[in-house]
Amino acid sequence: MTLNIPSFNLASIGPWITLSIFAIAILLADALSPKGNRTAAPLLALAGLAVAGFQTISLWGKNGLDFARMVYVDNFSLFFYMVFILGTALTVLISLQYLKDYGKNLAEYYALLLFATVGMMLMAAGAHLIMIFLGLEVMSIAVYVLAGLFREDARSNEAALKYLVLGAFASAFLLFGMAMLYGAAGGTLFLNDLPGRLTAGFKPLTLLAIALLVVGFGFKVASVPFHMWTPDVYEGAPTSVTAFMAVGVKTAAFAAFARVFFLAFPTLMPDWTMVLWVLAVATMTLGNVVAIAQTNIKRMLAYSSIAHAGYLLVALVAANQLGAVSLMYYLLAYTLMNLGAFGVVILVGRKKDSYLSIYDYAGLGAQHPALAAAMALFMFALAGIPPTAGFVGKFYIFSAAVKAGYIWLAIIGVMNSVVSVYYYLRITVLMYMKPAEADLGPINFAPAVTATLLLTAAGVVLIGVFPGFLYNLALNSVKIFPGL
Amino acid sequence: MQIIFFILAGVALVTGGLVVFQRHPLRSALWLIVNFFAVAGIYLLAHAEFIAAIQVIVYAGAIMVLFLFVIMLLNLREPEAEAKFMHLGQKVGGIILAVFTVLLLIYGVMQVVLPPGKAAPPGLGNTESIARLLFTDYLLPFEVTSVLLLVAIVGAVVLAKSKLK
Repeated sequence: MTLNIPSFNLASIGPWITLSIFAIAILLADALSPKGNRTAAPLLALAGLAVAGFQTISLWGKNGLDFARMVYVDNFSLFFYMVFILGTALTVLISLQYLKDYGKNLAEYYALLLFATVGMMLMAAGAHLIMIFLGLEVMSIAVYVLAGLFREDARSNEAALKYLVLGAFASAFLLFGMAMLYGAAGGTLFLNDLPGRLTAGFKPLTLLAIALLVVGFGFKVASVPFHMWTPDVYEGAPTSVTAFMAVGVKTAAFAAFARVFFLAFPTLMPDWTMVLWVLAVATMTLGNVVAIAQTNIKRMLAYSSIAHAGYLLVALVAANQLGAVSLMYYLLAYTLMNLGAFGVVILVGRKKDSYLSIYDYAGLGAQHPALAAAMALFMFALAGIPPTAGFVGKFYIFSAAVKAGYIWLAIIGVMNSVVSVYYYLRITVLMYMKPAEADLGPINFAPAVTATLLLTAAGVVLIGVFPGFLYNLALNSVKIFPGL
Repeated sequence: MQIIFFILAGVALVTGGLVVFQRHPLRSALWLIVNFFAVAGIYLLAHAEFIAAIQVIVYAGAIMVLFLFVIMLLNLREPEAEAKFMHLGQKVGGIILAVFTVLLLIYGVMQVVLPPGKAAPPGLGNTESIARLLFTDYLLPFEVTSVLLLVAIVGAVVLAKSKLK
C-alpha cells in the first residue's frame, strides 16, 4: 500500500509559512526571555511581515494552483496578501504605545495578529471551500480573542462574547451553505469545478446555498441586516483591534466573497446580484443615517465601516471587470484611511481611552494643528472628497455600477456619500471651528503611531492622485475571472 | 433499515428539542448525549463508520465531559432567571422568521434528485479511504487545521490565564 502524495511547492504558500513561523517564534521568544522584556515581539512581527511581503512580491505574476488544487497562486490573491500585510504592519505600529498604556503589551497579541493574517491569506487564496472556511476560522478565532484582550474591562468582554456567539452562528450558516453546494454540485467543492457541475436541475438547492453563503459572508463584512454586532464590538474592543477588524477582517471577507461568487456562480449572476443590490442599498443607507446620530468616535467609525461595506457591495453587484478592480482598489484605500483615522483616535484617546467622544475633538485644530490636519485628511478621504484615495475608489465603484446598467444603485450610492459628508465633516468642523471646552493637554506622540499617520496620510493622497499604477495592478489581477 | 432510520431521526429530533427546552443546564447536557448517540447511529446507517466513531468518542465523550466540567465549576444549580426584556414582538417575529427559514430549507432540499450513490468500498468501514484522502488531496487543509488548533490554544491562554505578566 503506497500513498502518492501529490507534488507541491512550498514557495507557493511561503507567506503563510513565514507568518506562522514568526508567530510561533514570538511566543517562544516571550516564554524564554526574562520577565518584563517584551520589545522583541513587535519587532519580530514586523520582521515576519516584511519577509512575507518580500515573498509575496517574488511570487507576483505566477498563475496557477498548488497543493492538489487547494490553493490559488495568482495576482488576485497576492494583491490581497499585500493589503493584509500592510494592514497588519500598520496595526502593529499603532498598537505598541496603546497596549503599553494599558499594561497589556503581550507577546501573544502580536502572535495572534500574525495568525489572523495567515487566516486572511487562506481566505483570499483558497481554491476549495474548505480552505476558505478554515481561513475564516483561523482569522475569526484570533480576532475573537483579541477583541476580549482587556479582560478586566466589561465592554471588552461583551465585545468578545458577542462577536464569538454571533460569529459562530454566521460560520454555521456559511458551512451549511457549503454543504448544500456540495450536494448540488454532486460532491465537489473546488471553486474551479463548481460552475460546470452546478447544473440547472439543482438550481433551487444552489440558490439556497448562495443565500446561506451570503449570510455567512455578509456577517463578516458587516452588511445590513447582519450588522447588529458591529457597533458594540467595535466600541468595546481595544481600539487597535477595532482598527484591525475594520480593515483586515472586512478585506479578507470581501476577497473570499468576490472570488467565490465571481468564479463559482457566473451563470446565476442575475439571481445573486439582485439580492446583493438590496443588501448594498440597505447597508449604505442604514450605516450612513445611523452614523449621524453617534457621539462616540468608535461607534461612528463602526457605522461608517458598515456604510463602506455597502459601497463595496455595489462593486460586487456590478460584477464586471471594473467592479472587481474597484473592489480591490477601494479595499486598499479603505485600509489606509481607516487605519489612519484609528491612529488619530488612539492618540487623542490617551490615558486608557478617556477621550472618545467626538466633542473631545473640539479645538484640536488650534492646539495640535498637525494631528488635526491628519484627521481632517482621513475624514475627507472617508467621505470621498478629491484628491484623496476615497474619492477615486468611489468613482471607480460607481462607474462600474453605471457601466453594468445599475444607474439607480449608483445614484443611491452617491446620495449616501453626500449624507456621509455630514458626519465626517462634523469632526473637521469641531476641530477647527469650535473652541476647546478645556485645555486638551499634552498628547503623547509615540514615534510608531506618528510614523503610521505619516505613512497612511501620504498613502491616501498618493494613491488618490496617482491611481493608475494600482489600477493596472488590479486590472491585471482580475483577469482570472472568465465570467466578468 | 428505513425503520431504524426513522426511529433514530425521531430520537434525535425529540432529544434535540429537550436540550433546548430544559431549564436546568445539566439536564440539557445529558439529553445532548442521547442526541449525539442517535446522530451517530444515523451516520452508521449512511456507511460513515468513521464519522460515527468520531461522533461518539469526541462529542459524546470528550466534549460532553468538558460541558459537565464547566457546569460543575460554574455551580449552576439554580436555573437562570427568565429573561425579562424579551418583547412579544421579538418572540413572534423570531418564530415567524424561524418557521419561514425552515420551510425554505425544506423546499430547497426537497428539490434534490440525488444520483444513485456509489457502493460502500469493500471491507469494514471507510476509515482507510478517509485517511488516504487526508494525507494526499486534503493534505493542506489537514495541516492548516493544526494552525487553527494552535490559535485556539493561544487564545484560551490569553483569555483564561490567571496572571499575564
